[in-house]
Amino acid sequence: MLAAIAWWVLATIAVLSAFAVIAARNPVHSVLFLILTFFTSAGLFVLLGAEFLAMLLVVVYVGAVAVLFLFVVMMLDVDFAELKQGFLSYTPIGAIIAVALFAELALVASASMSSNGVPISVAATGESAVTNAEAIGQVLYTDYLLVFQMAGLVLLVAMIGAIVLTLRHRPGVRKQDITAQVGRKRSEGVELKDPRPGQGLG
Amino acid sequence: MNPSADYVPLIALPVEWEWALMKTGQVLAIMILLLISLAFLLLFDRKVWAAVQLRKGPNVVGPFGLLQSFADFFKFVFKEIVIPAGANKTVFILAPLLTFVLAFVGWAAVPWAPGVVIADLNVGILYLFAISSLGVYGIIMGGWASNSKYPFLGGLRSAAQMVSYEVSIGFIIITVLLLVGSLNLTTIVDAQAAGIWAWHGFRVLDFSEFPSNILVGVTMLAMLGMFFISALAETNRPPFDLPEAESELVAGYQVEYSSTPYLLFMIGEYLNIVMMCAMTSILFLGGWHLPWGPVESLGLNPFFTSLVAMLIFYAKLWIMFFMFAMVKAIVPRYRYDQLMRIGWKIFLPTSLVAVVAIGYYVTFLQPAVATSVAGG
Repeated sequence: MLAAIAWWVLATIAVLSAFAVIAARNPVHSVLFLILTFFTSAGLFVLLGAEFLAMLLVVVYVGAVAVLFLFVVMMLDVDFAELKQGFLSYTPIGAIIAVALFAELALVASASMSSNGVPISVAATGESAVTNAEAIGQVLYTDYLLVFQMAGLVLLVAMIGAIVLTLRHRPGVRKQDITAQVGRKRSEGVELKDPRPGQGLG
Repeated sequence: MNPSADYVPLIALPVEWEWALMKTGQVLAIMILLLISLAFLLLFDRKVWAAVQLRKGPNVVGPFGLLQSFADFFKFVFKEIVIPAGANKTVFILAPLLTFVLAFVGWAAVPWAPGVVIADLNVGILYLFAISSLGVYGIIMGGWASNSKYPFLGGLRSAAQMVSYEVSIGFIIITVLLLVGSLNLTTIVDAQAAGIWAWHGFRVLDFSEFPSNILVGVTMLAMLGMFFISALAETNRPPFDLPEAESELVAGYQVEYSSTPYLLFMIGEYLNIVMMCAMTSILFLGGWHLPWGPVESLGLNPFFTSLVAMLIFYAKLWIMFFMFAMVKAIVPRYRYDQLMRIGWKIFLPTSLVAVVAIGYYVTFLQPAVATSVAGG
């Protein structure tokens, strides 16, 4: 009963806020609604018994990725009216993508059901002794170790690539030397002068 | 999600509803306890600060100024709420509410004593980490919605600072997780039951496993120190209170806030500090256990054991808060580039090395008995 109420509330908010992401006039509001969508999805994960995934969703997407989105959207000088102009012309492409995504989801969902209609997802371990953090860890670091490490490698390459592409060494830029700053002595920074009256330092 | 099997309902209500009522009661109890503690912690903060500067601190309202926080509360509440023209009204109001609520939400998973916890999550520490990483939204939203340059810059600085230090906090938490082998907060505390030498912060005192205790002990002591410093930065406390740096930014993201919204921001900020104290005490200082052994060794009946355990945990919160207050009083503010340098160039690599070191210890050096600790 309580779980059902929680599910309805979370699912409704998730769908409505997902709609609001594309409907909102202000891009910052869009990102805020996106965050709400992530958060409610995490709640749905908890209801499914996948608390580890839920927490990861909150930590990674809400706590880090969405903050970057928000940063970028706030810092950019976006012209809201201009942004909305091409909205209708993009609708067919958007609809095609949406249909494709929905079809994929439906396929995955129907594939993950066993013959008698019981879902066989990893998350639904229920009351078993293994917590789902352990369950995921056991699968991830044994069966899928190679794939996991390759994914890590790809991310690392992408990160280094991004740095290499954007890093420009400009000549003549004065940089801070922290060691020099900290190691500075009083005798190097302060000089005592003894000017005579009416003469100044000259 | 479901009540336990041996659960006897008190009133003739569906069991689920009664469970929900009971949890609501617990939530209210914790909230009231936290709010009242906060009133006195605020006063304590100011008193410590005053004492360091050879002042008396607040001493007018009530005996020793004990009621000062309550007077402040009423003063805040009775002021007019000013919303700047051109501000994004909804987000402007939402930001302090969000900060306030998120500051409380984390406490649901904090265990006060054996079994005294609203939700004993299997992923408790991740939950705390997740909630504390959400705190940044209140600040960004507040800074942006004010529609003014000072709050906006303050909010961005604050957000960048919090995001930077979350990374190293995450790695520091991982070292503790590696040692315990569980994400459950109660399990983490009970792994430190034996005494101060078993507390993760002071593992160096455990000479029963001599050569390896130096490796793990020194690493964990460093992690304790780094966690404390990161907690200061994460909660925007001095010496890392750059978002509020009065001399440069007026008051950071909260320039435009007045009255109750400001109060909510402030309560949220202080609650986050207390939460960091609780996390330090759970992760590194043995939670509710005594320095010379588990709280159960006192031989009290279960009720008094819980009570004493709660008091010990509470006392540790106050001791940690005293540390926060002292740092505020005696350390000058850092420059922004220094702050970022410490976070990214020193803490991040050090905590990464620490994760490797602790991983090495757990894999090769840990006594065989302890390695059988399965996750709760």
